[in-house]
Amino acid sequence: MTPSDDALFTDEQIKSDEKLAIAAINAAKNLEDLKQVKIDFIGDKSPIAKANQRLGSLNPEQRAQFGKIIGAARSNLNQIFSEKNESLEREKDAHALLTERVDITLPNRQSLPGGLHPLTLLTNEISDLFLGIGYEVKEGPELESEWLNFDALNIPADHPARTMQDTFFIEPLEAKLVLRTHTSPVQIRTMLDQKPPIYVICPGKVYRADELDATHTPVFHQVEGLVIDENITMADLKGTLDYFAKSIFGGDVKTRLRPSYFPFTEPSAEVDFYFNGRWIEWGGCGMVNEKVLIACGIDPKRYSGFAFGMGLERTLMVKYGIEDMHDIVEGDIRFSQHFGTGKR
Amino acid sequence: MKIPLTWLSKHVALPAKISNEAIAEAFVKVGFEVESVIVQGADLTGPVKVGKVVSIEELSDHKKPIRFVGLDLGEGKTRFVICGARNFKVNDLVVVALPGSVLPGNFKISARETYGKLSNGMICSGKELGISDDSAGILVLPSGKIGTNALDLLEVNDVIFDISVNPDRGYAMSVRGLARELAGSLNLKFSDPAHISYVKKFDAIKSTKGVPVKIEDKDGADLIYLRTIDLVNARKKTPLWMQRRIEKCGMRSISLAVDITNYVMLELGQPLHAFDADVIHGSIRVSSGEKFKRIITLDKVDRKISPTDLLITDDSNAQAIAGTMGGLNSEVSDSTKRIALEAAHFNSMKIAKNSRNHQLSSEASRRIERGTDPALAAIASARATALLIELADAKLISTAIAGSAKKIESVKISTQQIEAKLGVKYSNKQIKDALIAIGAKVIIAANSFKVTPPSWRPDLLTVSDLCEEIARLNGYALIPSRLSIGKAGAKLTQMQQRKRNMAIMLANRGFTEVINYPFTNQEMVDLLGFSGDRAKSFKILNPMSEQAPLLRTHLIPGLLSALQLNIGRGGKNLALFEVGSVFRNIGNADPVMPETNKRPSSKVITQIYESVPKQMLFVGGVMCGEKIKSGWQGAGESFVWSDAVAEAIAIIESTGNSYELVNTELAPWHPGRCAEIKVNGKAVAHAGELHPRVCAKLNLPERTCVFAVIISELPLLTESPPPKIWSFPAAVQDVALLIDSTVSADALKQSLTRGAGELLESIELFDRYDQIGAGKISLAFTLTFRASDRTLTSEEVAKYRDAAVAMAAKDHSATLRG
Repeated sequence: MTPSDDALFTDEQIKSDEKLAIAAINAAKNLEDLKQVKIDFIGDKSPIAKANQRLGSLNPEQRAQFGKIIGAARSNLNQIFSEKNESLEREKDAHALLTERVDITLPNRQSLPGGLHPLTLLTNEISDLFLGIGYEVKEGPELESEWLNFDALNIPADHPARTMQDTFFIEPLEAKLVLRTHTSPVQIRTMLDQKPPIYVICPGKVYRADELDATHTPVFHQVEGLVIDENITMADLKGTLDYFAKSIFGGDVKTRLRPSYFPFTEPSAEVDFYFNGRWIEWGGCGMVNEKVLIACGIDPKRYSGFAFGMGLERTLMVKYGIEDMHDIVEGDIRFSQHFGTGKR
Repeated sequence: MKIPLTWLSKHVALPAKISNEAIAEAFVKVGFEVESVIVQGADLTGPVKVGKVVSIEELSDHKKPIRFVGLDLGEGKTRFVICGARNFKVNDLVVVALPGSVLPGNFKISARETYGKLSNGMICSGKELGISDDSAGILVLPSGKIGTNALDLLEVNDVIFDISVNPDRGYAMSVRGLARELAGSLNLKFSDPAHISYVKKFDAIKSTKGVPVKIEDKDGADLIYLRTIDLVNARKKTPLWMQRRIEKCGMRSISLAVDITNYVMLELGQPLHAFDADVIHGSIRVSSGEKFKRIITLDKVDRKISPTDLLITDDSNAQAIAGTMGGLNSEVSDSTKRIALEAAHFNSMKIAKNSRNHQLSSEASRRIERGTDPALAAIASARATALLIELADAKLISTAIAGSAKKIESVKISTQQIEAKLGVKYSNKQIKDALIAIGAKVIIAANSFKVTPPSWRPDLLTVSDLCEEIARLNGYALIPSRLSIGKAGAKLTQMQQRKRNMAIMLANRGFTEVINYPFTNQEMVDLLGFSGDRAKSFKILNPMSEQAPLLRTHLIPGLLSALQLNIGRGGKNLALFEVGSVFRNIGNADPVMPETNKRPSSKVITQIYESVPKQMLFVGGVMCGEKIKSGWQGAGESFVWSDAVAEAIAIIESTGNSYELVNTELAPWHPGRCAEIKVNGKAVAHAGELHPRVCAKLNLPERTCVFAVIISELPLLTESPPPKIWSFPAAVQDVALLIDSTVSADALKQSLTRGAGELLESIELFDRYDQIGAGKISLAFTLTFRASDRTLTSEEVAKYRDAAVAMAAKDHSATLRG
């Protein structure tokens, strides 16, 4: 249909062209249809475009009047077209990409899960919480001199702890070497090597001649603490143990001290903590025996200090409800993998 | 030690309504762990009565001999019961559970037909009543009224506290000691069983008919009492009350004279020994073992005497291992007419040694090892004498005494000292009451106390010792909680941080940490082919197992065992690592054992440190199977030698050290697939494939790979500032070089790097071609250059590339591949 010149600039004609164009856009079923619609109804050869081209032949008054009408119609058509175009494009995408759908639940190529031993994780955790209150972490040799492991700690040669029932001795006996029975020789080394104030923890592997069973192992881990400073009292010991216990077992954990005996502390105590409805023995502690300070050249008139020591296997067993020591010492990686790299 | 409440309550004014828990808690408060609280008789209901045996009919038609016993229970007629035991006769008094009674273990007694007779009750053993472990026969009572309640007579209903006593508290292994502690803990009145009036009177009885006493080994004992006693009526039975107390304390009743010595030991804490005086030649002596060879002890063991033993001897023979066990030769029996009763204050260390040498821990040695009260030698021997007089119609002939106990020194202590140690401001009364409760004498002047410890507390020598007592008796619960803070800037050392980072890195790379026992054996050392330093192990004198008597010289043995364990449990694709020390016996200085009464000199301290072998810290890993598992996407990727090398390199790179990589041959690795990694020219790591023969022998998968890095030998570097990040474009050049196949990739890379100059940003090998023949291979590298101040021109970059190639040509006769 070619509109006649007479009808060229009637409102009705423009409106009718616009209507036809809108109907055609809406009728387009796909992007190809729409492309043709654009050529026929919006493109340069469309009636509306042509009408627009002929505006120039009108008098100014009419040009203004029809220019406005045609402009509005074209703008409206463009808008409807682009909306339709976008909608058809979206439809097409959706259809095409759907054919590329995968089962997203399929497993990826599996590499091995790794993990740290929970004793390492616990050692790190304890180290961090003591670093946080100004303690250094000290380590020392596991194969140790008898003097550092016993004598300097006020455990004289005849003491029952120095028998073969408790301690692993190295051949020949004259070499005076033992597998350390606690990390206390690290305390002695620290006191010999540096001047007070001393704030240290000593984590590490220790050895006692116990058979492996559900609660014992001949090779286990300890963390000991040592503080030597001016004005240190047993209250500082109690406060430090409270901090330690609450950090490891939770803020509502209570501790209690019970009188006990160790050659290297005086007064001595056992520390228990109340956890899951019962008192649990945790470790030994006390004020550093003056004899130990003297053996290390620290003036007991000026300085005092405290020390404590706990088994890490036991701590781990209580913290995680582990019932059998075998799980901790055996090396079955399923156990360690449970812990990953910590704080799951 | 086990102690019954009925005995304790004789010496502590306990309130009537105190609970067992409160008593246990009171013990714990003052430092005595309560292992268990046994409520005896709680699971036993009567009627259980005293009966007299009136007739015994032997029934022999059964598998074992059985008795049909007639009993007089004061019921007006004889009651008959069946009994399997045979240790009784007519007229003996026995304990009879009547029908309706329930014995421990919910054992209900009823009248029943058995062995063809009607058994109308049961004659009980100590074990059946739950009052002793003795099940060898039924209880035969020394006395008792027919038809009365046997449970009352036997004092069955009691509470027994099993208390563990710390090694510094010998005095507390007695009713006297524990009653004092309980009274002190609860602030109750204590009456001392050692307060007896007749000691002086007994001590004054002297006679030439008595056995004399001497201390030959002055270091062995400082005091000994020997009372010679005529035993007029040695066959008398131990009274039931004494027998029961002994049993409740966990010992057995043996004979009257022995029971009395044990009873007094339990009551006061002083071990006593009774010798048959008629077999003693001359004097009783405290002697060292030097002149004596053998002794047969009461347990009938013939023992070799060591010169360091401490003995009780007479003029010619050893009669006892002092404070440990008596000799069989002078054992007291029913026919003994005269006894020599010994009570000594021995050197506790010597007795501990006796006990260790002979692997003989007795009730006596356990007490003396912990230290006894020197004042008790006189008192306990007098008390036992009095009991012998009372119960066996005995007569004291003579008291011989040798030596004297050391006087205890007083200690001065002030409230300031106490507060400085304990962090508690106690009142003067709290301090004084605590010290009085432990038996000390206290004189107060202003805020200072002059304290004379009691004779049984030779351990109280210093202010700290007294502080413990004050804190203990007032309760450790009074000690407040105060957190002291250490130094600012505390952090892990570089080595500690390295160890931690490295472990986390390995875990994130798929490795799981294991912590193995560091023990191994020679077979493993040989199997792995360790030689040189790696074969020099330390031997444990007393290993847990003869299978593992050596300390490890390397982590590999433990890692391979852990691998075996995991494979045995179904593991297939495994990567394990361990961080730990190794022990190599490659020379350490002789030991020094300085006195501990002052700080050793710097020289001596150095000597001590040098007497301890150097222990290197290793990280080792082992892997087998697939590192990427096969799956629906296709085949996975197995662990190969280069994975092991890559892990070792990653560890070294994480420390910031640069390294050099060379092929080497080192057991237990595959001789053609072992990398040695050097830092500053020193080998610090080995990695590659495990020797196929080792895999086969240990039943490990083929191509198992292993790495080991000595992390303690990797130099600690100071942190360097970060590089400037330049934004000018990089220029990339690829080169492919022909070389002899013997030239290693790393060596070629090092040469190219050196030749390329300082604008080389990175160099990567991207291709290797070995199908050239004539012993040649081709390696291709990408070289990336970048300048800080300009865009590099292609001419300039070509110049650097040529320089790199020239260096490779010079070092390795490399030529550009056409």
